[in-house]
This record gives sequence, C-alpha cells and structure tokens, in this order.
Amino acid sequence: MSALNAGRGQLDARFRYSRTGPSRGMFELAVDFRIQPGITILFGPSGAGKSTLLDCVAGLLKPAAARIELNGQSLHDSAADIFVPPQRRHLAYLFQEPALFPHLTVEQNVSFGLFGANEVERASRVQDLLAAFRVEHLAYRKPAEISGGEAQRIALARALAPAPRAVLLDEPLKGLDAELKAAIVDDLRSWNKIRQLPILYVTHQRDEVDALGERVIAVDRGRIVAEGAPHTVLDAPRKKRVAYAAGFENHLSAVIQDIREADGVMRARLAGSETELELPLGYAAVGNRVHIAIRAGDILLAARRPEGLSARNILEGTLASLEKNGTSLVCRVIAGAVFLVHITPGAARSLELAVGQHVWLVIKTHSCHLVED
Amino acid sequence: MEALWLSVRLAVLVAAILLVVAVPLAYWLAQTAWRGKFLVESAISLPLVLPPTVLGFYLLVALGANGWLGKLWLAWFGHTLAFTFTGLVVASLFYSLPFAVQPLVLAFESVDPRLLAAAAVLGASRWRAFRQILLPLSVPGIVTAAVLSFAHTLGEFGVVLMVGGNIPGVTRTVSIDIYDHVQSLDYAAANRMAIALLLISFAVLSTIYAMNRRVWSPWPGR
Repeated sequence: MSALNAGRGQLDARFRYSRTGPSRGMFELAVDFRIQPGITILFGPSGAGKSTLLDCVAGLLKPAAARIELNGQSLHDSAADIFVPPQRRHLAYLFQEPALFPHLTVEQNVSFGLFGANEVERASRVQDLLAAFRVEHLAYRKPAEISGGEAQRIALARALAPAPRAVLLDEPLKGLDAELKAAIVDDLRSWNKIRQLPILYVTHQRDEVDALGERVIAVDRGRIVAEGAPHTVLDAPRKKRVAYAAGFENHLSAVIQDIREADGVMRARLAGSETELELPLGYAAVGNRVHIAIRAGDILLAARRPEGLSARNILEGTLASLEKNGTSLVCRVIAGAVFLVHITPGAARSLELAVGQHVWLVIKTHSCHLVED
Repeated sequence: MEALWLSVRLAVLVAAILLVVAVPLAYWLAQTAWRGKFLVESAISLPLVLPPTVLGFYLLVALGANGWLGKLWLAWFGHTLAFTFTGLVVASLFYSLPFAVQPLVLAFESVDPRLLAAAAVLGASRWRAFRQILLPLSVPGIVTAAVLSFAHTLGEFGVVLMVGGNIPGVTRTVSIDIYDHVQSLDYAAANRMAIALLLISFAVLSTIYAMNRRVWSPWPGR
C-alpha cells in the first residue's frame, strides 16, 4: 500500500476564504496552520468556520491567497496558479452525515474510491477495511438498512479505502453515544498506527477534545485563536477569544466588589451597571477588572420572578430579541449588560415569550467563569 | 387505427430524443450558478403558457421553405420539413421540452450535493459521479420525464395542425383524426379513437402517480 511507504505525513495550510452569507453578512476565514501525524483536533463553536476550513483543504471550496501543501507537495498555490481538484488530492473526508450512496451496497460504497485497482485486490481491500471497522457482516446491506453508528463506520471505511494521504473528519461522531464514539476512535487510531497520517478532527464538544486530543487548534469566527495541548488551550480559558472558542457566548466586563473566602465565592459588578454577579473564587482582588464568561446554554430564563432557588444570580431584564439558530432559539436579554440565552422552541412557546417583555435570568454561581483581562 | 399508430410512433420517438437532449440540459440547469439561467428556464417553459397555435405558427414559419430551419433542411435533404412526419417530430420536441426538462431538474436538484462531494473526494471524475451517483438516484425523475413527454406528445393537437396539416399516414395524428370524425359527424369513429386515447393516457398517468411523484411540478425552488 502506497500510504505505508509515504512515511510521516504533514499538512501545511495558509489561506483566506470569504463569503457573503444570506443572513449574517460577511464571513471571513483566515488561517495558517500545520498538522503533524496523528489526531489534531479543530475545536470551536458552531459557525466558527470549521467545516469551511475542511472544505477548503479538500478543494471543495476555492479559497483566495492559498498555499496548501501535503508532504511538501502543493495542493493549492494561488500565487503559482496551482489548484489540484478534490478528485486528485487523495484525501479522506468524512462529513457530519455519513453520505453513503443510498443505491449501492455497503461493499460497493467502500470500493467506490478503488476504481484503479483490479478486482481481486479491490475485494480484499474492502474486506480488510470492513473488518478493521467491524462492519464486515453488513457488506451486502443497503445504507437504509443499517444504524447511524454503523453508517458512520462504513463512511469512514469508504473514505480510507483509496489510501489517502491525510484525513479530514467533520464532527463525524455527532449524535453517537460516548461509548460508540470511543470505540470508533480506537479503531481509527489503530488503523493509523502504522500509517502515521495527519488527521484533522473537527468538533465543538469539549468531552471529545479531552478524549482524543494530542493537539488542539481552537478556531473562532474564522481565526485560529489558540494552539497546543488540550489542557493548555481549553482548561481555564485565560484569554477572551479562547473562552469564545471554548463555547462561552457571553462575555461580561466586571469589577470585583468583595471576596468571601469562607463561602468560596466573590461578587463582581458589571461594567456600567448596578447588576452584580456571584462567581466562584478566582485569582482576583477587590477592585480588579475581570471578564466573566457564561455559556448561553447555562442560563435559565423565567417569565416571572423565580423564588426558592439555589441559584445565587437572579437578574431582572428585558427580552430584546428572539432569533432562531438551528434547533434552538437565541434570546438577547438586557439585564445590566446584554446576555445571550439559548432555549428550546418548546420552552419559548410555553413561556409565551414576546420581545419587550420582562424576564428573569437565573445563573448558577459555578456557571460564571472568571477570565483574566 | 392508422392515426393512433402514427401518434404512438411520434410520441415514442419524441420522448426518446427528448431524454437525450433534456438530460444534459437539465444537468446544466441544476448545477449552473449562471445568473442568466432564468432566461433559459423561461424559454424552455414557453410552450406551457403559449397557445399551441402561436408555437405552431412560428414553427411553421421556421420549418417552411423560407424559414431558417426549413432552408437548412432543404439544402441537406432536398425537401422541407413542414407537412412531413419529421417536421412533426421537430415541432413536438419544442412543444414537449418543458415536460422533459422540469422533472429532470427537480430530480437532479434533489440529490444531496454532499453525495457528489463525497464522490469527488473519493477521486471520481464529474462524468463518473454523474453516471454512477446522480443518474441512478434520479431514475424516478427520468421515468417521469419520459412518460410525461410521451403523454403530452400523444395528446397534442394545435401544433400538429399548424405544422403537419392532415395527411393520412404521414401527419394525421389521433387527435386530428378525432376532430375529423366529429366534423364529418361520424361520432362512432370519433368515440373509438377518443376512448383509445383516454385509456392510454390514463394508463400512462397512473403509472407515474403510482410511483408517487409530483407530476405537474413547477420549476424547483432555489
């Protein structure tokens, strides 16, 4: 197999890609990174540009000012007018959905990329891959007859069949339970053990980063905001932009008011308002300016003043806007500062939310994360 | 029954030629990002809204000895197209084009673009992806296109009358035959033909409805 002899792979990329979206205006992705053999996690919130980045590397999109090299060989060099089409990049690319060809059997799907090989070699390659990902018993089934986890294993086998030189995985295990995920990743790791290909693995879930990570690249709003080992990039988000990448939608400037060592908490007043938040004790002194990061999904929304709760932060505010984002709703609430709150459409209906109405935000102390300025 | 046989021959021929023409045309329409695409769509759809006599009139002018197509044909084959079976075929191609193109565009556009992206990343050329992924997944649309062009050609009247006239065995199709019988008050003969046409049309339409496709689809949305 050619991939065996290719030795240690390395992917270098530097490009800019911009697009004018129908609703959100201009989006620009500008990145510069290097991927070594093994799994590199590409981590960031939804809409950060992760999938776009993979599409650019795969050649499905054509970025500007691009230099993309694989093992020193140019895939895209806009200065030299080189653009290798996706058909000839020899990459494996697994989308969020398995995207199996529905009219072909599992076996035909996996052998789709092996059209150069002869019949015998092809059959044995397919058998090997189906076995490596534990789906050999499904060879003659159609995609409609298998489960989501199986479909994703087959999609992985199909992507790896043509002996790719690098692997791109776009949240490939979305929607699978943790155990299944771990099993598939183990299979991928052992497959890659002798091959040593660079693998770029996209996710927006922290637990996956912790489980997989050898190296993490954090992206946010089209920029790389941090790189390195998982714990240095993600634990205790120190910089505002990294906190963003770690999935905190809310960033509040505040000044520490008092510190209660015994209770393990401190209080901070939001800049330009009277609103105070209680947060866990951190490295800060009274009078310090700090940033507080809160996930939009960690804030509860109430239509009436809540009582008898353990949560220490109950803020009164006004609902400024309500916007659909995928399956959830994004509420913008003005309560001293602007808070983003994610709720489900069902919750919005039962609360009978209307823009302009009075609402209360409920935030647990431990949902408030201190970020150094 | 000569007229019915002629109509069936015409419809089969037109449907077959239309598939060959419409598949690449629909593929292009389904995947092009060209801004002037709506002009092509409108031109193809014209026969849906124009009275057949208008279309027939212009086709007659074009196909006649003084028309550009007629002249070309005359130069190559030594006779004109108007009032010939070939002329009928050419006219019917234009008349039934939207019925072939629209279901095909709809079918091509409803194939998940990620499947084609997956095929590309796996190294498949555009042609191979078209042949092995797009076409097989569009089979219901292809059947609908074929059946609709066949049925629509079978039932046409105005265009045939304008371009083909009424020459038995050459251009007298079943709908004209029925009209003729009614004109000469031969209701029994008209009824035989009408029932035959009705049954064939019903059989054809029930075939595609049984395949659970939207038949009279407008241009697919973008």
